[in-house]
Amino acid sequence: MTNHWNDLQHANVLMIIGANPAENHPISFRWITKAKENGGKLISVDPRYTRTSQMADMYGQLRSGTDIAFIGGMINYVLENELYHKEYVANYTNAAYLVTDTYSFEDGMFSGYDEGKRSYDKTKWAFKTDEDGKVLTDPTLKDPNCVFQLMKKHFSRYDVDTVVGVTGTDKKMYLDICKTYGSTGEVGKAGTILYAMGTTQHTVGTQNIRSYAILQLLLGNIGIQGGGVNALRGESNVQGSTDFGLLYNNVTGYMKTPEATEVDSTYQGFLDRITPKAGYWVNTPKFYTSMLKSFYGDNATKENEFGYHYIPKLSAGKNYSFMRLFDAMYRGELEGLLLFGSNPAVGGPNARQEKESLSNLKWMVAVDLFETETSSFWQKEAGADPASIQTEVIFLPACASFEKEGSVTNSGRWMQYRWQAIKPKGESKADLEIVHMLARKLKDYYKNSSNPADLPMKAMTWDYGEHDHPDIDLVCREINGYDMKTKKQVKGFGDLKDDGSTCSGNWIYCGFYPEEGNLSKRRDSTNEGMSNFLNWSYAWPANRRILYNRASADLNGKAWSKDRVGIEWNALEGKWMGHDVPDFVVTKGPDDPTFKDPFIMIAGGKGAIYSTGLNEGPLPEHYEPFENPMLNSFSSVQFNPAVQFGEKEMNPQGDVSKYPIVATTYRLSEHWQSGAMTRSLPGLAELVPHMFVEISEELAKEKGIKNKDKIFVSSARGEIEAYAMVTKRFKPYKLKDKTVHQIGMPWHFGYKGIAIGATANHLTPHIGDANSSIPEYKAFLCDVRRA
Amino acid sequence: MEMNVTRRQFLKLSGAVAATLAVVELGFDEKKARAESSDFKIAKLKPTPTICPYCAVGCGILVYSTEDDVVYTEGDPDHPINEGKLCSKGTTVRQVYTSEKRVTKPRYRAPGSDKWEEVDWDFALDKVAKNIIETRDRTFIQKENGITVNRTDSIAYLGGAALDNEECHLLQKLFRAGLGLTYIEHQARI
Repeated sequence: MTNHWNDLQHANVLMIIGANPAENHPISFRWITKAKENGGKLISVDPRYTRTSQMADMYGQLRSGTDIAFIGGMINYVLENELYHKEYVANYTNAAYLVTDTYSFEDGMFSGYDEGKRSYDKTKWAFKTDEDGKVLTDPTLKDPNCVFQLMKKHFSRYDVDTVVGVTGTDKKMYLDICKTYGSTGEVGKAGTILYAMGTTQHTVGTQNIRSYAILQLLLGNIGIQGGGVNALRGESNVQGSTDFGLLYNNVTGYMKTPEATEVDSTYQGFLDRITPKAGYWVNTPKFYTSMLKSFYGDNATKENEFGYHYIPKLSAGKNYSFMRLFDAMYRGELEGLLLFGSNPAVGGPNARQEKESLSNLKWMVAVDLFETETSSFWQKEAGADPASIQTEVIFLPACASFEKEGSVTNSGRWMQYRWQAIKPKGESKADLEIVHMLARKLKDYYKNSSNPADLPMKAMTWDYGEHDHPDIDLVCREINGYDMKTKKQVKGFGDLKDDGSTCSGNWIYCGFYPEEGNLSKRRDSTNEGMSNFLNWSYAWPANRRILYNRASADLNGKAWSKDRVGIEWNALEGKWMGHDVPDFVVTKGPDDPTFKDPFIMIAGGKGAIYSTGLNEGPLPEHYEPFENPMLNSFSSVQFNPAVQFGEKEMNPQGDVSKYPIVATTYRLSEHWQSGAMTRSLPGLAELVPHMFVEISEELAKEKGIKNKDKIFVSSARGEIEAYAMVTKRFKPYKLKDKTVHQIGMPWHFGYKGIAIGATANHLTPHIGDANSSIPEYKAFLCDVRRA
Repeated sequence: MEMNVTRRQFLKLSGAVAATLAVVELGFDEKKARAESSDFKIAKLKPTPTICPYCAVGCGILVYSTEDDVVYTEGDPDHPINEGKLCSKGTTVRQVYTSEKRVTKPRYRAPGSDKWEEVDWDFALDKVAKNIIETRDRTFIQKENGITVNRTDSIAYLGGAALDNEECHLLQKLFRAGLGLTYIEHQARI
């Protein structure tokens, strides 16, 4: 989230799209309700009429996979009716930037496409620069090659009739939503967009979010209290685990993993590649070197390029992401799998095929609280023949969150400490202890090796105490970072150095543990203004609660709204002051030429309406999902041209003639993720004991299905059996030239635990987003029949 | 009431119910009665603050526990986000401890076997270490086209979204920076 949960109360209009916080983030809804009590309007956009929709003032039904059409139409409406925040757009965004003449867009395709590689040459979309590399601009926004005009032209194709013919939304409701949300473009008003996996889990997931960001920039809603683009994250520390780089292409703090290329063959070459010329990321070398020092301590020296070569280099251009990992397992390329609280046999796409690939492993280690469908994939219950599966499986029992101590980072980036309430149950252990014991064993094994391949293990420091149970305080200190000589904690990431004199395990967290102590343990809930709770826990970065908060103030540094003061320039004090930690150089005043450049992470400091970073184009364009019920109305290009295909056998494709019904998956209040931690609890198992599929009354009538009947749902990947829940919450869509049905189902179920049921992911496709590689769980085709 | 509540706990809980009823019948002040009955269960226990392990709203929960049992949990009234409120999952968090489905001993499944065996930690961790070493050392690529790459593409790591930050740091450190794994992924991807 750019903002945080308590801040939702400050919005004039909230649009919740691809999320259902009333059921999936229930307690957050208190602050949404508060916004409504304050006079705010709530819009819910979803294929299904959820409990969030029930609480909303307006509900826009949209067919799964049509967000860009929906938002593209809103952008067009806002531009045509001049509802946008003119001063903000002209000064705080890149609307005035000129784009080179090699940019073009025609019939769904941008310039620079290579069909063989299914990728674009992004340099064709670059900004126009002068001889010194400075971007040329047209502050009047009239030049036909400026971002503003290119965007306007691009989205002019998203007229209301075309849009609702694709999304299936009622036209009058759609226009009401456009008008209501567009009203937040008025100076001083705040609109927020909340989204979750309904947005991201598509082959155009990243561009879905881009479309929200563009709309928010146009309306001046980024950086302000009650605004923002807010991802509602679904797991207690999925924010933290992402921040800590547990993804193949990231190390900690969103920095890149090196590749086996000539450029990356030296640390300097690698740093030059990943460090931009302008914007706050110019400090990358300080953060990277400090991270290497946290890994290798005194063994990271200037002479050995700070241990850079100990970090594994990826095979150049190879995608190691989740689905490709299972492709490799399917091909027998993987020998071992370590699972720390992960259950892909329920949670992965085309889960049955992924589960079957597990038997190609030589060994598997599962660290979990409960036996999962993945750790027991070899059992008869799983439909397997145990005798034929040669995988050795070791199950290590982990303890629960309150049986250990440590911090988690919530969706609003608050790093909150959890204390130990009781010793671990039985012989279970904290994951921290498990990894510590394992690391000590392995360190011991490699300590006398003279093989150069073992240097990384030898160089890696592991100084968390000499006992089985590590001293967590030492881990915390290392994450924050300290001066290598004095061992004094550094105050913040501004103090990190690229000469090896500081360490920091994760630069974005640097500052949570200064000499005074671990700030994530703070419990002062005093509201000192705008409900930012600056003394409660710690928010990264730098305890800042609203990202880009410089944009909450106008060109002179005064708040756009007296009711929503984030930070303001105080001329008397000569600094930015207010209710938040400034996301700006504190003493940078109106005399500075970059005073009006609020987005400090981006070169140039302007919010990116147009971005050359994404793989399928600088502006979002609607393409149909991998499996779709209709031809694309916006161009002759049916499918996202930059999506990469994986192993063909892992991803059979269904056709609308055989599978005419659109399907999506979702979550319930009473269960969580793949269900291990809820379906194994008697209380929650009793509340929702069975797997079910929601189908509309109209579809039920067509198929002769009654409420509570057993039904089969089939897709190109498989078939599941579940109870039918006949509901008014789904309605057939009236699209351009046909009527299409959609169904939905929870994805929490499996055969382990107390409450058991069919796994929805047996139906979902093994294909993902062109940028993030997230699977397209949220739009696929199926058929339904009575059991 | 779930299966593994001990007889002593059961008596204690039903005692609390009985006491409440008796007080009400005698016509005492209702508020006072409520205070006393809730005192009864947790009077001598010190609450430990934690954060809910389910979604990422990050609600505060107070855990009242004895040496060997979680007696009671409730929403943390001081927490600025939930102000004492909890959803169905947060309310049930005590059962993460009490559920009879919890695995409390390491287990081992031999190749081709149709059952788990309970093993001790030394056995289990030795097996894990042995497997890692065997696969890593055999598949490790130290140099590729003259470039130092120090990696293995034969071991994969998955998970982390329900772990603590400190754990994520050590996992990153051991598996990437130490052992040279490239297939490092977790729930954020999916």
